Amino acid sequence: MKRQVPLVLCFVFGIAMIFTQFSPHSFSQGIYEEVISWALIIGPFALVLATVTLIQTHTTRIRRRTEHWQYSLVVFAGLIIMVLIGIFFTPQNSVFEWLYNNVQLPMDATMFSLLAFFIASAAYRAFRARTFEASLLLITALIVMMGNVPIGDLLSNDTASKARQWILDNPNLSARRGIILGVSLGVISQSIRIILGIERSYLGGGD
Amino acid sequence: MLKITQWIVVTLVLCLSVGTAFSQGLAPPSNVTAVDTPNDDGSSITIKWDAASEGSGISGYQILRQIAGGDLEEIGELLPVGTTTYADSSIEKGNLYTYIVRAVSETEATVDSEQTAPVKGTGEWFHTGKTALFIAMLLFSTAIVWNIYNARSGKDIFVRRIPGLEAVDEAIGRATEMGRSILYSTGLGGVSGVATIASMTILGQVARRTADYETALRVPCRDPIVLNVVREMVKTAYLEEGRPDAYNEDDIFFLTGSQFAYAAGVEGMMLREKPAAIFLQGTFYAESLILAETGNSVGAIQIAGTDSEHQLPFFIAACDYTLIGEELYAASAYLSREPMLLGSLRGQDWGKLLLFAAIILGVVLELFGVSWITTLLQRVS
Repeated sequence: MKRQVPLVLCFVFGIAMIFTQFSPHSFSQGIYEEVISWALIIGPFALVLATVTLIQTHTTRIRRRTEHWQYSLVVFAGLIIMVLIGIFFTPQNSVFEWLYNNVQLPMDATMFSLLAFFIASAAYRAFRARTFEASLLLITALIVMMGNVPIGDLLSNDTASKARQWILDNPNLSARRGIILGVSLGVISQSIRIILGIERSYLGGGD
Repeated sequence: MLKITQWIVVTLVLCLSVGTAFSQGLAPPSNVTAVDTPNDDGSSITIKWDAASEGSGISGYQILRQIAGGDLEEIGELLPVGTTTYADSSIEKGNLYTYIVRAVSETEATVDSEQTAPVKGTGEWFHTGKTALFIAMLLFSTAIVWNIYNARSGKDIFVRRIPGLEAVDEAIGRATEMGRSILYSTGLGGVSGVATIASMTILGQVARRTADYETALRVPCRDPIVLNVVREMVKTAYLEEGRPDAYNEDDIFFLTGSQFAYAAGVEGMMLREKPAAIFLQGTFYAESLILAETGNSVGAIQIAGTDSEHQLPFFIAACDYTLIGEELYAASAYLSREPMLLGSLRGQDWGKLLLFAAIILGVVLELFGVSWITTLLQRVS
């Protein structure tokens, strides 16, 4: 019973949601919007559980004095401060906004900036001309890079940007479309398996 | 007296004629029709009319609407000349409406079309513009279902070797031998994402092996719902392997809902715990390379898989194995070897074959100037 009810619900709602994509009638669109709003209700309940696990994890770290346990205190400080300000002064409050704009955003931006260095190290490894494929990748990357900077066009009389565009529009786009076609078919196949109850591992593994 | 009267009448008629001529011969919009907008929920009526000829003096159109038994009212803004259709989306379902298209000249002279026949908005049950897509979906679904049920006979189904999935055992074995943990990330996707479901399926298989080998499996989650599903899955996997004692709920935890904070958290785990194997499976965005490069720097064996085609090059450059797009979805069938799941893979291949045939046929026909298959595919998309 614990398994059958979710499977039946999955089948009924899966089929219904497919047909709402082909029926513009207000009745079917109403069902679609209703189901979507039901799904949104689950979110806040799960968030409570997530917050509990977050507190549990960091409490355990502090209690056991694991390595770098002091950072868990920072997590609690951040959690408590933001929740209190949010509850008592609303998220539109200037202190809440100041903390968000001057703490959260710069930290996000810092992490994002690291990407530039990681791209350089990954590119160095990928472009080492050890094999034919790697050499091909290196040459293609050089052409695309030259096509992206003004000096490339200056030196090659616009040939670099034309070559770059050709690479992006032909071999690159063809490969991307091939991947997208495979992914789309895979998604449909996976969805059918889930709707028919053949793929049921997401219910908690096994049969 | 009679002559004077006649003279006044003739003068008036002449003035009127000259006046009409001076209004730049503004002709009323012709062939004005109002029809229920097709393939909608009945909340719109489309008004159509013929384009004005050049030099007609028309500078724009104003639509007037009359509800049955009500007054004539202007709706919407003044439409530019050249417009020949207008969709009125402000109607109330069930009411009858008539329309007039008013041509407006630069001198703000106006002339009205004839009033259209009454019409009301009706919702359609089937979107006729999606017929081709519907047929394609039915065909593809039938192929998959037919292959699934055929597979129940137990006939051997060939599945090509997927190195990334072959390496799963190797990665877990390496972690076990080194006595280090395994880090598994389901990415940033929510539970409604098909890639996340596929990732959780692989996690279930990985958990069965880690339960056998008693290797620590650490799963930081970004989505609260995913966290709860993952905990349930891993717990069941450990139970089914007869190792409930080896299951540690604290190893599967909520990290954060923020994208880069999640990246920073997972990166920190990699650097502190130095896991021997890292699985990055699911939906990833800009943080993909941050995670993969950090994993690479700690010397872990990395198996990545995503359907985000923009992140695939990063994974290919930084990871040992990468499941490309559809391979991620084939993982559950590949790892479990369940005949029915394998059957769905064959059905998927049939769909792929059909698409390739359509593409090749389309290219050949286009070379001969025939474009019906291209038009059909454009309609399906």
